[in-house]
Amino acid sequence: MANTLWIGTRKGAFALRPDARRRSWKIAGPQFLGHIIHHVVQDPREPRRLAMAAKTGHLGPTVYISDDRGRKWREALAPPAFRKVSEGEKPRAVERVFWLTPGHASEPGVWYAGTAPAGLFRSADHGDHWEPVAGFNDHPMQPKWAAGLRTPDGELLHSIRVDPRDARHLYLAISIGGVFESTDRGADWAPLNEGVAADFMPDPTVAFGHDPHCLIQHPLQPDRLYQQNHCGSYRLDRPARRWIRIGERMPKNIGDVGFPIVAHPRDADTVWVLPMDGSSVWPRTALGGKPAVYVSRNAGKSWQRQDKGLPRAQAWFTVLRQAMCADSAARLGLYFGTTQGEVWASSDEGDSWRCIARHLPEIYSVTHAH
Amino acid sequence: MNTVRVPSPLRDYTGGAARISASGTTVAEILANIDRDHRGMRFRMIDEQDRVRPHIRIFINQREVLSLDEAVAPRDEIHLICALSGG
Repeated sequence: MANTLWIGTRKGAFALRPDARRRSWKIAGPQFLGHIIHHVVQDPREPRRLAMAAKTGHLGPTVYISDDRGRKWREALAPPAFRKVSEGEKPRAVERVFWLTPGHASEPGVWYAGTAPAGLFRSADHGDHWEPVAGFNDHPMQPKWAAGLRTPDGELLHSIRVDPRDARHLYLAISIGGVFESTDRGADWAPLNEGVAADFMPDPTVAFGHDPHCLIQHPLQPDRLYQQNHCGSYRLDRPARRWIRIGERMPKNIGDVGFPIVAHPRDADTVWVLPMDGSSVWPRTALGGKPAVYVSRNAGKSWQRQDKGLPRAQAWFTVLRQAMCADSAARLGLYFGTTQGEVWASSDEGDSWRCIARHLPEIYSVTHAH
Repeated sequence: MNTVRVPSPLRDYTGGAARISASGTTVAEILANIDRDHRGMRFRMIDEQDRVRPHIRIFINQREVLSLDEAVAPRDEIHLICALSGG
């Protein structure tokens, strides 16, 4: 059962599995039909293990865990939950578990979860029991960093990144709040937003309050970060602290607004984005109804359009922040899922695309598992 | 023992049963005992601040519960209501 695309949707989870040449795909599922599945993530340390962030429209949030590559699932015994507040404190309750990240290779069993409203949680037992990360959730600045400026699906904590060189070094992002960094396993945090535009704020040079849509860290070059933000596409090469707006090199009629950003797993200079319409009332659909992926092979200095095989007109879908990914094949495969329930695949690094699944529910996440 | 009526979204926890039994002298005790027998079910209805979730209602017989501290008599029937809405 190697090489699976896990599709999280508004109405359940699906699995897509290819033949050896990735030409034909078979769909399995749904699992958890009717459940809202925000994220399905494989544990690279123990590939048979998966975690799934779930809720229904009417029940509280939870996490499901599989020990057998998704054949069977069990519910977390203690799902992510904020600590019980004392009298006089503002109560917080997890509305949805939005993001899952496996921990460092040296910490088997550790997972992180991001929630709405913005909360960070940690499990040390493969996802069975979750504890709030007090260093973030109870940080004195947390009420300002996560001020409750909700996106339509809530105030989302996402893009939790664990430095592959150092289990203590973490990044996370909040929509709306910005990017934050910890160097002590989450005990303390600091904003990392210098250079990022916040056009919607009275002071566009604020230290936090930004709207990162997706933050990635390159696995082989962990000092290389990219982010797709509400206000453009950026690159940051640590230890620098000032983001560089690489989206300014995009065609002006396309712009650099989008949700996902995906890096080539073996080439930190190659990165893909999927621009969307951020004009006027922010339709967030494909620009002009003509969807296209854009690739940069020089860390954002220049971009090329990749739309072969994609609809030429009247295609008004949106691709959400977790709904685009790459596999690890020698000829890299790329995938994205749409809000209209289609999964599109490229087996030639974005040069050409074809639809490999359609008529699914609204797609929230597309992740690759080995 | 009290009878507890379970709505369909929560029956994964009860093996499909629409009625279960649980004992307790308050709603909170009933819910705690439900969770003991059907692990995880309480958190889907009650958040970590002990608030009933927005789409859940709990009734004792015909009366809506306003506090988890409300008393439950031995023959009272507990209704767990899931207010389905949306599409």
